[in-house]
Amino acid sequence: MSRVHVTCTINGDPAEFLCDGGQTLLDALRDEVGLTGAKEGCGTGDCGACSIVMDGRLLCSCLVLAPEAEGTTISTVEGMASGDDLHPLQQCFLEGAALQCGVCTPGFLVAAKALLDRNPEPTETEIRYGLAGNLCRCTGYDKIVRAVQAAATQITATNES
Amino acid sequence: MGTSGSKPLAAGPGVELTAGGVSAMGYDLMLSVMRYASPTTVAEAVDLLGSEADARVYAGATDLIPQIRAGRPEPTVMVDLKRIERLCAISANGSTYTVGAATPTADICADPGLVAAFPGLVEASGLIGSDQIQSRSSWGGNLANASPAADTPPSLIVNEARAVIAGPGGERTVAAAEVATGPGQTSLAPGEILVEFELDQPPARTADAYLRLIPRTEMDIAVVGAAARVTLDADGNVTAAAIALGAVAPTVVRVPEAEAALIGNQPSGDALAAVEAAAAAATTPIDDKRGTVAYRRQVAGVLARRAVTIAAERARERGGQS
Repeated sequence: MSRVHVTCTINGDPAEFLCDGGQTLLDALRDEVGLTGAKEGCGTGDCGACSIVMDGRLLCSCLVLAPEAEGTTISTVEGMASGDDLHPLQQCFLEGAALQCGVCTPGFLVAAKALLDRNPEPTETEIRYGLAGNLCRCTGYDKIVRAVQAAATQITATNES
Repeated sequence: MGTSGSKPLAAGPGVELTAGGVSAMGYDLMLSVMRYASPTTVAEAVDLLGSEADARVYAGATDLIPQIRAGRPEPTVMVDLKRIERLCAISANGSTYTVGAATPTADICADPGLVAAFPGLVEASGLIGSDQIQSRSSWGGNLANASPAADTPPSLIVNEARAVIAGPGGERTVAAAEVATGPGQTSLAPGEILVEFELDQPPARTADAYLRLIPRTEMDIAVVGAAARVTLDADGNVTAAAIALGAVAPTVVRVPEAEAALIGNQPSGDALAAVEAAAAAATTPIDDKRGTVAYRRQVAGVLARRAVTIAAERARERGGQS
């Protein structure tokens, strides 16, 4: 079986890779493209560790077949920082100790960015519902929620100044 | 766990996995022999599905991929329906709404026309999974996957949604209620796909509601789901009612006795008590980790009564506007 050639845009750069028809986009990103930020936690769309944004939609890359990425625009956690400058969410996660083992963190960052892009000043309840598709077995979520609140405040202040 | 080609994958000291083996988590890894096709027309999709016995429809895949990973037989061809414009479009034409069968529920929840006309159906749509899943889940998938606990079928049914089905013999339109026939079973013939749903604009003083009980606040499967739609006259008496329950039988259950108890009455007092009793009596639930038979039966009655109450409030607020 010949492999499928996929051309897309990843984190603003043109990208191409070869994949198998039955390979998930998560596996292709990790094994073919070398972007190992997205993680496989459950492989069934429950944990959100593989969250990415494809054509403006937040989704679990473990539930997407890699050939579907043809012609799409993809954002992963690797595209969040600008050079050495971390995204405010990344900075707030670090400063607020919103991670321990770190496996869920890329998914939380991508999902939280998607949430703030859509709703720049979410309430705590909106954050908790917005991140319900991401599981963390270390932090108990409170530090994550507070980090997202802090980042939201920072981003809003920056945009207003 | 990666599954790239036949490349052996290290799974820890002394353990090697190849594609098709069982991962450390106990899932079958996906094989790499699967082909992916992305037709852009309904006709092309039907041809592809007819060309190989093991071709499968691939839309949001939020149920399909976990099922394959859990050991279901693997399709040889995945036919992605999401590049077919008709399958992902929402339109309003006169008094009829048309919603593509693969339209993401996130789009449905953001459509002002659908939100206004079918608040309960939109609520049911928004309850499916996380934001990540909302980007992929659809009415067509929810119905064709035929889980007894699916959230949108009860609401599609009380709103008398019609399903447009395409197959080798052309297109046919059936009531959405006729699609699922049992757990994982549908009336779709081999090679047939759900193309779109049609919904008529509700009449004046008509509204729907959907309630679901789950053990937590998000990301779970219904213990019971209840959809109701009522039409009131100018005095607030019920002139038409539809009540459908999910997760309490192999398929969605309509409750004609509860509907009849409402007709000609105010949606309150004895009429609501009759709704609750009839809904509970109409169920044939299973015992499982989410709830016992007795619990499901009682909750079905309570949710049916509350869904009718909410639908009636909305119908009153809507007044004479259709």
